[in-house]
Amino acid sequence: MIQKLKKFFNNLFKGLFKKKKQIKLGLYGPPNGGKTTLANKICEDWLGEQMGSVSSIAHETREVIFKEKVTIKSGNKEISFGLVDTPGIATKIDYEDFLKEGMKEKEAKVRAKEATKGVIDSIKWLDDMDTVIVVLDATTDPYSQVNITIMGNLEARKIPVLVVANKVDLKKADIKRIEAAFPQYKVIGISAKYGKNIEEFYEELIKLAA
Amino acid sequence: MVTLQYMPHKEIQDLDSDKRINKLLKVVRTDKIILLEGRLTNEEETTLIRKTMEQIDDDFKGVELVTSPELHYTWLTKIKSKLINVLLGNQYGFTIIGPASIIKEIKQDPSKIQLLAEDAPKKKKR
Repeated sequence: MIQKLKKFFNNLFKGLFKKKKQIKLGLYGPPNGGKTTLANKICEDWLGEQMGSVSSIAHETREVIFKEKVTIKSGNKEISFGLVDTPGIATKIDYEDFLKEGMKEKEAKVRAKEATKGVIDSIKWLDDMDTVIVVLDATTDPYSQVNITIMGNLEARKIPVLVVANKVDLKKADIKRIEAAFPQYKVIGISAKYGKNIEEFYEELIKLAA
Repeated sequence: MVTLQYMPHKEIQDLDSDKRINKLLKVVRTDKIILLEGRLTNEEETTLIRKTMEQIDDDFKGVELVTSPELHYTWLTKIKSKLINVLLGNQYGFTIIGPASIIKEIKQDPSKIQLLAEDAPKKKKR
């Protein structure tokens, strides 16, 4: 009887003081969609600091970057989450593409090797995500197999998704094409670089993650 | 010359996911484009990407792949395709997988697939 009571109180206290699991919000997508630019915008707006470096050369983010406890507000609602910026997912990585960007052969090969590891890590982290923002470049073709594979995996895992059509400041941007490609998801057009439509993005994010 | 190898679903249907992906990558690494009957599952597609990344080196740059779009004009055809997939294991549709050094670009929209391929580059002597 005493043992049973001891166990009951132990469980009760464990339950009361157990740390609440933090929501993990992942930024996923193909390379150069603007994931880190968006992660930086979120961190600048709510933490006053940057998250990672950005570059016009693909695969700038080659490691998963995690920022704990980001709290965003919209109206009278707010949410806290751990923000996970992931390397872009690709089916091919050619070091010669980096040579064309002016890199030396050794540097290009190292970058390619790191980029392959980055893709593998992005895929591994998928299992840990609670909510995902898929960041797509609105100026490029959304019907790529990488996009379809990412969406299919998120759908199979029943992870809530918000699609961001980034770079709407550019003339070639076409949000409607992205909406047509992924009609099952809410698509929001933004420019992470210039902050265009960012308030609507936060509003949609809170709706999705709440 | 670009070689297209047709792979009927029965060639992979009894293999587990890992062995399926290994078989596909083995063929792709011989500079052939595979026309696979049926589709890979979502998990298999990510396994294919992961294993591809693990194998990338100076000679192997990765893969290009495309699956046939799911065009469901009516509820009946949608149910039919789901039923075929449940009964026969993702046999509905097709998948094209090839080396990135040969398939330069794939353009896909809901009703067509365009594939730009070129002859395999000669392997560098080391």
